[in-house]
Amino acid sequence: MAKPAVLTHPESLKRPAGPSEYAKNPVNAGMSKAEKVALYTKMARIRHFEQRCIRVYQQGKIGGFLHLYIGQEAVAAGTISLLGKDDHLITGYRDHGHALMVGMSMNECMAELTGKVTGCSKGKGGSMHYFAPDKNFWGGHGIVGGQAPLGTGLAYAVKYLGRKGSCICYMGDGAVNQGAVHEAYNLAALWDLPVIFVIENNGYSMGTSQERSTAHPGCLAKRAEGYGMAWDVVNGHDVYEVRARAAVALRRAHEESKPTVLEIFTYRYYGHSMADPDKTYRDKEEIKEYREQKDPVLLFEKELIAEKVLTPQKAKAINEAAMEEADAAAKFADESPDPTPADVTKDIYWEEDNRGPDTSSRGTIIFE
Amino acid sequence: MPVMSYREALRAAMREELRRDEKVVLMGEEVAQFNGAYKVTEGLLKEFGPKRVVDTPISEAGFIGLGIGASMLGIRPVMELMFWSFSYVALDQIVNNAGNIRYMSGGLINCPIVIRGPANGGTNVGATHSHTPEAVLASHPGIKVVCPATPYDAKGLMKAAIRDNDPVYVMENTILYNDKGEVPEDDYVVPLGVADVKRAGDDLTIVAHGRAVITSLKAAEILESEHGVSVEVVDLRSIRPLDEETVLASVRKTHRVLLVEENKPFCGVDAQIAYLIQSRAFDELDAPIHRVSSVDAPQIYCKRLEDQQIPNPARVVAEALKVLA
Repeated sequence: MAKPAVLTHPESLKRPAGPSEYAKNPVNAGMSKAEKVALYTKMARIRHFEQRCIRVYQQGKIGGFLHLYIGQEAVAAGTISLLGKDDHLITGYRDHGHALMVGMSMNECMAELTGKVTGCSKGKGGSMHYFAPDKNFWGGHGIVGGQAPLGTGLAYAVKYLGRKGSCICYMGDGAVNQGAVHEAYNLAALWDLPVIFVIENNGYSMGTSQERSTAHPGCLAKRAEGYGMAWDVVNGHDVYEVRARAAVALRRAHEESKPTVLEIFTYRYYGHSMADPDKTYRDKEEIKEYREQKDPVLLFEKELIAEKVLTPQKAKAINEAAMEEADAAAKFADESPDPTPADVTKDIYWEEDNRGPDTSSRGTIIFE
Repeated sequence: MPVMSYREALRAAMREELRRDEKVVLMGEEVAQFNGAYKVTEGLLKEFGPKRVVDTPISEAGFIGLGIGASMLGIRPVMELMFWSFSYVALDQIVNNAGNIRYMSGGLINCPIVIRGPANGGTNVGATHSHTPEAVLASHPGIKVVCPATPYDAKGLMKAAIRDNDPVYVMENTILYNDKGEVPEDDYVVPLGVADVKRAGDDLTIVAHGRAVITSLKAAEILESEHGVSVEVVDLRSIRPLDEETVLASVRKTHRVLLVEENKPFCGVDAQIAYLIQSRAFDELDAPIHRVSSVDAPQIYCKRLEDQQIPNPARVVAEALKVLA
């Protein structure tokens, strides 16, 4: 397959990482010092939560799959920090960062990983299936691209109900070749739905690089042109840039009820999941380069120190507190009970869990 | 009581629910301007406008998934599939997303969606358009499936489905759309999970659902007039939830059972019914349970042979006589 002649990357990614040129963007300049520190704190918390997850996984307490977000924190942090009360979000299986950003606790997230009844889904969902509808977070979905029609439907509902809101529908770069994503694109554009499709492009769909998986005209977002949708490419290592460019898409959703495809370039430091030995498809040097030069948490820390919003001591204290919080979450998960055998057949049907004079449905619904 | 067709009964149910609850939305291919591929939604666009009755592109995974997402925020979408056979391109949405979301969220999320459309053979359209996926879909906990056989049940089950807080898949039948029957004009529902004895009898129980009920009722007439046999016909109406007690009560009355369905035999609904009867009423049986299903092959195009492939009164009579022998 011929490689694309020109990759359409965000301009800022073509230069060595340095102070953000988006610091003065009104979306960022308008943040108070406290808001900036809070955003940094959230990014640090995602990082330390997941680093603690690695240890818990290595202790054999987490089953199934564990897809880490480490390296991608600025994507969830930048976008979600912009959202208001009628803005919703939905994502794929790499969902821990989004969960912590919407305000889910480390305790409920860690307990879900270890399959405990105190987990956010009572131990029924696992790593890939976190939900917090009270915080407008609709999952956590395990099938690549399967959440794209759902996110489009959430945006449809927001519009139907006459609310000035949106839905951000996150997916990985591997999802762009799924039919469901293209069907969602078409519906979003056809019906002018306030949805923002965020492609978190970390370069690899599991172990297959973008070059080996995807025919594209320079970048993945540009496929939006086929549907007459607006699109943009974003440097996902700079949380200020993510906020500035996502804010444009969010305004388009709120003011014009129009969809956008945002391709945010990012990088994951660990394998596709913990089951991925990560030895066959990329060089260690590549990972090292990203870690040392483009780490989103460190770049934002430097930025805030330069702005005199943060001191190195304060940053150290924030990170230590996040580590302690993650340790406490691991302890909480350890000490929490399993769901009971009776819990296995609950939460399947509304009527079964809410039997009363109003439930009209009869008959056997859960079979022996 | 007014007489109306199965098609009109479905339409009446949707019209009443559209009037009752502004969160009810109809969506599907050709449901609005075209007035429905089978005219089930005829006139509803004119009455309710394009916000409530929405034409979709041919994009089942997309629009069904969109409906599921919207239902999570409280919309009550009623999605038409032109054929249930087309659900197969949307199966990830229908099973993985609609069927699992309540469970995987620990009970935090409702998914009050209805997906409806015809699921039947016997129309000379070949294998890809003749699937009957009720057994396949009902095998997934989290999903409800109903198969109305009469106009009365079509209206009552559809209204119950729209008001339910979980995904309900309504499987209709194109051959039944013109069948007429008495349908009350008032607001009534047929609760999900309640079977109906469509004909009382003493010598043999036939359990059926969907159009197989009508076929069985015709067979029962022949068995009575030509063979002097009194047949009870139990219409399941709802596959999941399943009214086990009505089935068992009939077995305890007649002691002989024939199961009739349009599905292929392997893992059909009647495999579950046969298990139920042998496990809970084994001592009541005076003869082995027999089944009449579609002949186990992809649906044949040739009309003369397709009419033999699916259950017909002659096949039901012949098999019933074996149970009675």
